Amino acid sequence: MQPTPSPLGHQGSATRKEGEDGLVNFAMATASVLPPEILFKYEPVIGLEVHVQLLTRTKAFCGCANQFGAAPNTLICPVCLGLPGALPVLNARAVEFATTAAMAINAQIRETSVFSRKNYFYPDLPKGYQISQFDKPLAEHGWLDVDTPERGRQRIGITRLHMEEDAGKSLHDGVHDSATSTSVDLNRCGTPLIEIVSEPDIRTPDEAYEYLTKLKEILLYTGVSDCNMEEGSLRCDANVSVRPRGQAQFGTKAEVKNVNSFRYIRAALVYEIERQVELLEAGERVVQETRLWNAAEGRTFSMRSKEQAHDYRYFPEPDLPALVVGEEQQARLRAGLPELPEARRARMVAEYGIAAQDAHTLTATRAFADQFETAAKAARSPRRVANLVLGELTSRLKLANLELAQSPVTMAGIAQAADLAEAGELSSKQLKQLFDTAFANKEDFGPVYAREKPQQISDSSEIERMIDEVLRANPKQVEQYRGGKKAVAAFFVGQVMRSSKGQANPALLNALVAKRLESE
Amino acid sequence: MAERYTQKGVPGPNAPENTLTIPHLRAAIASGAASAGDVVGQCFRSIRERDGEIHAFLSLCEERAREQAARIDGMAAAGDALPPLAGVPVGIKDVLMVAGLPATAGSRVLEGYVAPYTATAVRRLEEAGAVTLGKLNCDEFAMGSSNENSAYGPTRNPHAPDHVPGGSSGGSAAAVAAGMAVASLGTDTGGSIRQPASFCGVVGLLPTYGRVSRYGLIAFASSLDRIGPLTNSVRDAATVLGVMAGEDPLDATSSAQPVPDYCGLLEREEGVNGLRIGVPAEYFGEGLDPEVRAAAERALDGLREAGAEIKSLALPHTRFAVPAYYLIATAEASANLARFDGVRYGYRAPHAASLSGMYRETRDGGFGAEVKRRILLGTYALSAGYYDAFYKKAQQVRRLLAEDFLRVFGAEVDAIVTPVAPTPAFKLGEKTEDPLAMYLADIYTVTASLAGICGLSVPVGCSAAGLPIGVQVLGTHFDEETVFRVGEAIERG
Ligand SMILES: [Zn+2]
Repeated sequence: MQPTPSPLGHQGSATRKEGEDGLVNFAMATASVLPPEILFKYEPVIGLEVHVQLLTRTKAFCGCANQFGAAPNTLICPVCLGLPGALPVLNARAVEFATTAAMAINAQIRETSVFSRKNYFYPDLPKGYQISQFDKPLAEHGWLDVDTPERGRQRIGITRLHMEEDAGKSLHDGVHDSATSTSVDLNRCGTPLIEIVSEPDIRTPDEAYEYLTKLKEILLYTGVSDCNMEEGSLRCDANVSVRPRGQAQFGTKAEVKNVNSFRYIRAALVYEIERQVELLEAGERVVQETRLWNAAEGRTFSMRSKEQAHDYRYFPEPDLPALVVGEEQQARLRAGLPELPEARRARMVAEYGIAAQDAHTLTATRAFADQFETAAKAARSPRRVANLVLGELTSRLKLANLELAQSPVTMAGIAQAADLAEAGELSSKQLKQLFDTAFANKEDFGPVYAREKPQQISDSSEIERMIDEVLRANPKQVEQYRGGKKAVAAFFVGQVMRSSKGQANPALLNALVAKRLESE
Repeated sequence: MAERYTQKGVPGPNAPENTLTIPHLRAAIASGAASAGDVVGQCFRSIRERDGEIHAFLSLCEERAREQAARIDGMAAAGDALPPLAGVPVGIKDVLMVAGLPATAGSRVLEGYVAPYTATAVRRLEEAGAVTLGKLNCDEFAMGSSNENSAYGPTRNPHAPDHVPGGSSGGSAAAVAAGMAVASLGTDTGGSIRQPASFCGVVGLLPTYGRVSRYGLIAFASSLDRIGPLTNSVRDAATVLGVMAGEDPLDATSSAQPVPDYCGLLEREEGVNGLRIGVPAEYFGEGLDPEVRAAAERALDGLREAGAEIKSLALPHTRFAVPAYYLIATAEASANLARFDGVRYGYRAPHAASLSGMYRETRDGGFGAEVKRRILLGTYALSAGYYDAFYKKAQQVRRLLAEDFLRVFGAEVDAIVTPVAPTPAFKLGEKTEDPLAMYLADIYTVTASLAGICGLSVPVGCSAAGLPIGVQVLGTHFDEETVFRVGEAIERG
């Protein structure tokens, strides 16, 4: 019997593969007393707003370095400090990155977009307004296809992608006098951002998680951001409401902010959905408000309403001319778009004959996929390269706690190993030993192989002698072969390989065993 | 070169008397007849004699000026080629940044603030040899038409010290008119160069929007703010513009349009013979002081005699200009002035109990009444539910006004001549109780501001009471050359 699908996308403790990250604990920590059938009466409606810092060398509107982790207030100038008389000048690279990102999420580029001022007072906002885009954003009408556990493949609409600048950071804790004053670090002021706003097309926390994972993967592939959530280069706010299933009209939404990882987003959504359902079940109303996620307590808290009654008084930024991304520039950027993960996986499956799941793993990052493909193209059997990368390389990297870029065995080494194995010149046991040595010595495969080239027995008469020995020692299996059980040949090959301590040339051995058995 | 300037660039009978112009000065320094040090010393003597009464300067930088002058004298002594503004003593309106000098914008909120960098326009002037004397008084954040909104006390009109010098660049106009500087920089958002130039009897130029970089200008209304010179002659204004005009990588709204050799063109052009001068009926209607009207008509007669064709024309959207201007300018100002919050620099209210309290008390105590009035007006114009009725509507009017001008320029006329202000300078305190009357007096100047075109205020004589009167010459975008030609013809009388 199919279990009742949970409206939260959770099926008991069954977490998805990417969820081996503590999600179960969250699900339990935030599990409400509401029985599943009550929750199932309601359908959540979720929209996500994702802020992504662009990996430009300099800031959006001045020449200061765009860099994380410098000493407070060292990467600043009159422009990003909002000093009187300073003026913004748009970073062309930021425009290219934003446009590239927009194309990668299938959005339509607006040839002439307009920057606007978003007015509000806050100590980390030096000008008293943020330069953003409002009614004429850079791009609109994008989408991502997301594979969802309950609903299969879903197209999640993307309302818009617009450019804006980041604010500074208020440091409330850990600074001198933090009890009586707030310090501000303005290094982040003026960092170029794109904001990507989804349609309210997402229906479960898992779908939200999938959407974010996919979006992040695409952004990483395009190289426009490092999407590092810990450093704040990717941030996400969620708009969430619930409505009785079957009702067309949306419920009242709450905006959940201050969530700094994808798993927290999922947890915050789980919590928020249950909170809203609980309210409605109790005959109360959901209040439209901004709520802050508190990871330590696993719940959301209402911000005081005073702080959210904003009228941002947007108007066109008079210091910046309209932004024109013309046809020619669009064509150039489109031509420069990398192959995106999904297309790449499909092509790799077709081109190299590898499994879909393997293609998924091999395309986890663009660099990884690039490396794999370099080796796959250089080697005789791409499938064997895939097997080596997934079987021998990744496990050892994980064990040694190394990034791919730090691997002692290069892709050239992998290609060499694959070819040797393919030619039958190395047994899998020998291969494993060589990889172990390479990782132990932090050497590439090539030099290890050259030095420790395993003694391979390629002398036919010697192998024939060993085969005869094995056949003599196993009359019962010989009898089975004669009885028509041809598969027993593999058993003889294994036995000979063992008695040769793995040194028999596998290709030769296979051929000789087959020949010898035919004569039986 | 200097010789030719002295022949053709000499101001005629309509120019202020006893004035020193850039060609005179440059020739004197080049020939060794005078040193830049002498000139600067003379300026500071004039300032000490007269500025106690006039109050054009908010701060002086005498030591720095003498060092700049000494460098020029060193060059002259070595026989080096002198840059175009060699030894020209200038005053800078206190809304422009000069590194190391105070920059108050006439406001309490920036009291004690020292500029950490130099505005592009000022840097270009100084690189061309100009000597900065100090910073000039103005209406707070350039908001005003009389200089009475300065937090540091009003500037007085050198021609009649119980009268205002105009505003907001009142200090810039008064300093040149009183002979305390040979040229000055002012800023013009809705008339703030042209009107004080008219009130003080000097030349004031509003360059085309984008012609001069705004980098380093404390913004009042970014889409309207322009930096321009106030001088003793049209030729001097052309010289200063030539030095400071041109694209600036630090101002995205500065134009890449090439900068012509204005003075060279003025040397070659044959006056205004054959030029078509438009006279818009809308600028000569009700409320225009008869003496101002007579002065403008005198100027037009002169132009006709010099061979220009005078044509009447219509600029039908003129009557909407003042309200549109005050909505757009105040809306932009409400955002531009948000940065004065007491967090990073400038005045911060002491003893505020909370963050919002600090904002409120800082801005309440730091800004004067007119600035607060405009921030409120602008905030209102941008607010949810009012944006379409006010800000958006004003932008539509702005487009219509610009179309009015663009329709007639080229097709019908080469330049337009109008009064600058409805009246000559008024008395201190005369209008301070009636802000609306003060706003309405901007009627002839805000149109060019909204349309982004260039304009020039040229003296055309005095009223019976001895108050200077100017006339305004308007030209199309980036056609300062024609405006200068017409201006010189008016100047020659
Ligand atoms: Zn900066």
